[in-house]
Amino acid sequence: MQVTRRQFFKICAAGVGSSSLVALGFAPGEALAEVRAFKLARTTETRNTCPYCSVGCGLLIYSLGDKAKNAPGEIMHIEGDPDHPVNRGTLCPKGAGLLDFVHSPGRLKQPEYRAPGSKEWTPISWDDAFTRIAKLMKDDRDKNFIAKNDKGETVNRWVSTGMLAASASSNETGYLTQKIARSLGMLAFDNQARV
Amino acid sequence: MTNHWVDIKNTDLVLIMGGNAAEAHPCGFKWVTEAKAHRKARLIVVDPRFTRSAAVSDYYAPIRAGTDIAFLGGVINYLLSNDKIHHEYVKTYTDFSFLVKDEFAFNDGLYSGYNPEKRSYDKSTWGYQVGADGYVVTDPTLQNPRCVYQMMKAHYARYTPDVVSSICGTPKEAFLKVCEMIAGTATPNKTMTIMYALGWTQHSQGSQNIRTGAMVQLLLGNIGVAGGGMNALRGHSNIQGLTDLGLLSNLLPGYMSLPNDAEQDYKAYVEKRASKPLRPGQLSYWQNYNKFFVSNMKAWWGDAATAENNWCYDWLPKLDKGYDLLQVFENMNQGKVNGYICQGFNPLASAPCKVKVSGSLAKLKYLVIIDPLATETSEFWQNHGEYNDVDPAKIQTEVFRLPSTCFAEEDGSLVSSSRVLQWHWKAAEPPGDAKGDQEIMAGIFLRLRDLYKKGGGAFPDPILNLTWKHRQPESPSPEELAREFSGKALKDVTDPKDPAKVLVKAGEQLNGFAELRDDGSTSCGCWIFSGAWSEKGNLMARRDNSDPYGIGQTLNWAFAWPANRRVLYNRASCDPSGKPYDPTRKLIAWDAASGKWGGADIPDFKPDSPPEDGMNPFIMNPEGVARFFAVGLMAEGPFPEHYEPMESPLANNPMHPKNEMARANPAARVFKEDWASFGKPDQFPYVGTTYRLTEHFHFWTKHARLNAIIQPEQFVEIGEDLAKEKGIKDGDHVRVRSKRGFIVAVAVVTKRVRTLDVEGRKVHTVGMPIHWGFMGLTKNGYITNTLTPFVGDANTQTPEFKAFLVNIEKV
Repeated sequence: MQVTRRQFFKICAAGVGSSSLVALGFAPGEALAEVRAFKLARTTETRNTCPYCSVGCGLLIYSLGDKAKNAPGEIMHIEGDPDHPVNRGTLCPKGAGLLDFVHSPGRLKQPEYRAPGSKEWTPISWDDAFTRIAKLMKDDRDKNFIAKNDKGETVNRWVSTGMLAASASSNETGYLTQKIARSLGMLAFDNQARV
Repeated sequence: MTNHWVDIKNTDLVLIMGGNAAEAHPCGFKWVTEAKAHRKARLIVVDPRFTRSAAVSDYYAPIRAGTDIAFLGGVINYLLSNDKIHHEYVKTYTDFSFLVKDEFAFNDGLYSGYNPEKRSYDKSTWGYQVGADGYVVTDPTLQNPRCVYQMMKAHYARYTPDVVSSICGTPKEAFLKVCEMIAGTATPNKTMTIMYALGWTQHSQGSQNIRTGAMVQLLLGNIGVAGGGMNALRGHSNIQGLTDLGLLSNLLPGYMSLPNDAEQDYKAYVEKRASKPLRPGQLSYWQNYNKFFVSNMKAWWGDAATAENNWCYDWLPKLDKGYDLLQVFENMNQGKVNGYICQGFNPLASAPCKVKVSGSLAKLKYLVIIDPLATETSEFWQNHGEYNDVDPAKIQTEVFRLPSTCFAEEDGSLVSSSRVLQWHWKAAEPPGDAKGDQEIMAGIFLRLRDLYKKGGGAFPDPILNLTWKHRQPESPSPEELAREFSGKALKDVTDPKDPAKVLVKAGEQLNGFAELRDDGSTSCGCWIFSGAWSEKGNLMARRDNSDPYGIGQTLNWAFAWPANRRVLYNRASCDPSGKPYDPTRKLIAWDAASGKWGGADIPDFKPDSPPEDGMNPFIMNPEGVARFFAVGLMAEGPFPEHYEPMESPLANNPMHPKNEMARANPAARVFKEDWASFGKPDQFPYVGTTYRLTEHFHFWTKHARLNAIIQPEQFVEIGEDLAKEKGIKDGDHVRVRSKRGFIVAVAVVTKRVRTLDVEGRKVHTVGMPIHWGFMGLTKNGYITNTLTPFVGDANTQTPEFKAFLVNIEKV
């Protein structure tokens, strides 16, 4: 049976898979056109959790790239995970925009430094940033660490540098941050649960 | 949440008050829809605005912002005076029959022991009567006027429907209708869930708002049952996890707390927290505190933590006071803080009183920002015109901005509001040179450690000895860290009943916190997470969503703390003999044949304690029961009392019109100079309140194109009466002003914000969504927290964002 290109697309659009068309003898006489494969068929599916509110909706993230050295993965679609017992595949208007968060032009890409009084950012290497920050922290800690209070009680605290931790970071980051902060004697330390 | 998202489908009645789940937690709110559709459950919404949740409710009652305790106090009065309570439950499972100390008193809005200079209480009279045997004295007949039941009844008798209506602005018939609907769940076969969020927490009496809600639920026997509970809808994806891990000024992991200065003695520190039972036969699970503490110290300091040095007790910083966010900005403003690190936190936008926050940041020597996005805080020094009008030349702060990964670019676990730890997987590399948070923290810490190793300095021991057993020291892996907080045996852990029996071999991951020891043989970085990564593997990564009991428990989906339990206090779902109060919603029951508790959930109880032993369900309390009387645990008193917000449209507290000290929360901390920053109703006559929209998440999604398109520009909402009074039309630009500054936005004139009759006059509300700023893809806007007052809840110091005073004018 001969099918024109236009008819062939019409049949496919009706939702009938091309392989069954072939089985029924509907194959076009010659390869007039190839149906575009589903984009997601070539992607990697990764399970994740929505980073916004704490309903904790399951996500499926689809990324292109085969993990070859010079083919970095590129996230091209995010949707709700239908297996997830809470969100059952759905996402809200916030979650529906997640792809635009991942690819936001507001994403930071390199460490930057703003000098005292300056009007601008200048790039800085990670190593220089870490080294300079550690130096500033140590100078402040050594100068202001309180080993004993006025009564001579051991208190071992450092309150002239503080930190706000991120309640959107993972437990693993949170745990590491807590451990480091307390080892330094930090008390001026909170996360968004405070506000 | 005491319960969990899916469990909402088991309810008969939903009360949303202090939250707006349909708007802010839409995918969780679907379980309300499910309960309505399949159980014929009904939904009540009590809110200053006719919200998206209200739009799909069965009954909506308006309320003036900041008067929730008056409303709920009225509900308590209704339940007690109409005898709509769950008798057996309150008599057996709460402190109804406990006698209160004779010296305890309440006079015209103040409890015994108030010190007006310090704005705090001496709480020594706030306690139960304790007998010679060390146990609380009770009166099972409930006749003694000092028993908690009688005292509570007398306390709330003042909250009559007329008083409630006059304070809250809720029409009396609407209030009574809500009472009647709530009272219908006092029977064992009906239950109610309460869903709340920042609408209850962000008040100068936020903690007491929540306590009053919990008291209503206890009176009805709705705590511990499927479809019931007190359900905090938390705001960030891992705000529950970071709280659990203790990343708050005064906390250690698993709700252990740091010592204060006076606690020089380690044994006394532990004894104070390891409470002995206050009634015979009770479990008082915190008695195990030392096991959790020692295991925590072993996780942090390994071999350096020994019995001889009290497991490094002195290495922990001690508190001379709380260092919450408001206190730290106050200190910064006074020039006492030199450095600040913001890891995924944007305080310029999310802390109150922008002018104070901005001025404080400018006094820092250095500021470190770790974030995936360019936040307002990172550019607090930059001039962004009218939205951030500062002179960079005058700001001497050194600022570092370090790009971090986002959720899609990392592995790890997050704790949902349901207390479920869910693992997620990395899908792509981060953009440019961005690094993961763990690598960034390690990068700073390892350099600090090197400096201390080479050059010495102030008390280097805790830094030099911090455990750091990572295969890539500069990049600790999520798997290593998860195993560390879940815990392992350092030596063989044996069965206390049979020392020959080894439960866990040295080096193996623990199965749960029951295996923790206080002799240094176990290590565990967060006891309530223990078992999340056992020898069975990473239980947080489990993906079996089967629900064999059909009530939505999915015990093999990920891992819930504690011990994979899904509904807290579930022993209270059974009567004293161990039978479920409602067999159609059975969570657990006592099985005499096996001598164990079991069912659809992990029992929140000693699993082999038979009902006849009389152990009660609230095992974390030394009483074994739930407390209506909070003893000394709350800053402003054992029974919640209505106080006006710090900035109120009323000149006094209608409950105590003659006592100025009881106008606003008497125990709320106010910094000296901030008194002058509070407005009065003659200049600022309208109630301001802030909130969120479904299209945006805080200050992030304005960086996401889709969200910026669907909600592009800052607006405020006002009612039709106020609009008419002020000559404001829909779409006009308006200036909203508080004592602390102003914002300009588009006015939306709407029926959703109504005028209320309060104390014989009209009170208008101005509603303000918070999502704009001067960074991102939306149209630039003013930071809403320019307007909000620098005062917090007396217990948590969570800022009062929900009720303050403003004025409004057409621009």
